[in-house]
Amino acid sequence: MSWLLGNADQIVQITLVHAWYSALPIVIGFVIAIPIGWLANRYRVGRGTILAVVGLLYAVPSLPLFVALPSLLGTRILDPANVIVALTIYAIAIMVRTASDAFASVEIDVLLSATAVGFSTWRRFWSVELPLAGPVLLSGIRVVSVSTISLLSVGSVIGVTSLGYFFLDGFQRAFALEIIVGIVGTIVIAVIFDLLLSLAGRLLMPWNARPPSRRAVRRAEARTLVEAA
Amino acid sequence: MNSWSSAFLWLADPVNWAGPGGIPTRVGEHLLYTLVTLLIGVIIAVPAGLAIGHTGRGRGIAVQASGVLRALPTLGLLLLLALWLGIGFTPPLIVMVALALPPLLAGAYAGMDAVDRQTIDAARSIGMTGWQVLFQVELPLALPLVIGGIRSGCLQVIATWTVAAYLPLGGLGRYIYDGLAVQNYAEMLGASVLVIVLALLADGLFALVQRLVVPRGVLAGRSRDVRTRTPRRSASSTPSTTAG
Repeated sequence: MSWLLGNADQIVQITLVHAWYSALPIVIGFVIAIPIGWLANRYRVGRGTILAVVGLLYAVPSLPLFVALPSLLGTRILDPANVIVALTIYAIAIMVRTASDAFASVEIDVLLSATAVGFSTWRRFWSVELPLAGPVLLSGIRVVSVSTISLLSVGSVIGVTSLGYFFLDGFQRAFALEIIVGIVGTIVIAVIFDLLLSLAGRLLMPWNARPPSRRAVRRAEARTLVEAA
Repeated sequence: MNSWSSAFLWLADPVNWAGPGGIPTRVGEHLLYTLVTLLIGVIIAVPAGLAIGHTGRGRGIAVQASGVLRALPTLGLLLLLALWLGIGFTPPLIVMVALALPPLLAGAYAGMDAVDRQTIDAARSIGMTGWQVLFQVELPLALPLVIGGIRSGCLQVIATWTVAAYLPLGGLGRYIYDGLAVQNYAEMLGASVLVIVLALLADGLFALVQRLVVPRGVLAGRSRDVRTRTPRRSASSTPSTTAG
C-alpha cells in the first residue's frame, strides 16, 4: 500500500505514456487502413494480394519486429518509434481486412441509388459507404484497441516506456503488487478506450443505437477474433 | 558494419549451430513448446467451441471470456505466475495455453456458425442423429475455420514464447534476451530473422492445410464471388436468405 502511495506519480505518468503510445497506432492504423480496405473491396484483382500481404504482416511476431525495425528505419533501438511503427503495422493488418468486410457489407442497391441521384464517387464514399460500413469498422477498431494496448507492454523489454516496466521491475524485485498494478493499469486503459470508442460510435452513428443486424456484427467479431487474435 | 550483414554473419557462424545453445536446439525447443501448448489448447478449446456452435448455448460467455483473456497483457501474466509458482516450464505453459484459447475457441464456433442452417436441417430430415450431424456434416464444413483458429493461435504462441524467454527458458527468444544483455545487436537481429521465418513457415503450412481440408463438395459448389454479400433479388431465382 505504501508503495502505491509513494509511487503514485510515477504510476500515473507511465499510464499516461502507455495510453498515448497506444492511441497513436490505433488512430494512424485506422486512417491508413480505410482506403486500403476500400480498394481491396472495390477491385477484386487487388483484393487477394492486399489481404495476403496484410496476413503476412500480421504473422510477424512482435518482439522480433521490435528488434528488426531499428535497422530498417535507421532509428536507435531504444526509440519508442520502433514500437509505435510495429503496432501501427499490426493495426493496419487487422483493420484492412475488417474494412474490406465492412465495405462489402454495404448493400449494392444503396450504392447504385446514391449514384442514380447524382452522388459522385467521392461524395458517395463519405456520405453513404463510410457511414453504412461504420458498425463493422467500429467492431474492428475495438479489437485493434485492445490488442495494441496489451502488446505495447512487450516493448518494455527493449526499453520503451510502458506499463510493462512494472512487470519487469516487479519481477526483478519479486514484488507481485507492482506487476498487478501494471496489469490493472493496462486493463483500465483498455476499458476506457473501449468506452470512448463505443461512445464515438453512438455519436457518429445515432441511427445505430439499435444495431440493425447483431448477427452480422457478431460474425465480424468472431472473424476478427479468428484471423487477428 | 551494416547490421544486416552482421546478423547474417552471426547466422552463418558454425559456432552458433553447435551444442546445447545452438540454433538447431533452440529451434527444436521453440517448436516443442509451441506444439505442447497448441495440443493442450486444442484439447480444451475445440470440443468446447464445437459444443457451443452445435448447441448454440454459451456463445455470449465464450465471447466475453475471449475478450477478457485478450485484454490481459501476456508479459504481466507470465511474470506474475513465474513469481508465484516459481521458475520452470509450467507457469509460462499455463499462460500460453490461456492465450491460445480465444482464437481456438472462436475458430471452432465461428466455423460451426458458418454452416448453413438449411444443410443441417437437410441432414436431420434424412434421419441423421445429432452426433452424425456433428461429425459428418457440421465438422467437415467447419474444419477450414477451425484450422484457421489453430493457425492464428499458433502464430500467437510462437510469438509469445519468444517474449517468454525473459524467464530462464530455451527457444529462440533466448538469443534476443542474451544479445540484449550484452548489446550484441547482430545476435538479436539474427534470432529475430529466425523467429520471423519460423512464424511465416507455420503460417504457410496452416494456410495449406486450411485449403486441403475444404470438402470437395463445397469447392464444387462455391461461387466465384468471394464477397460476403447477399445476391441481388432481381438477379437471383432462389429465394433470398436474409441473415438473422
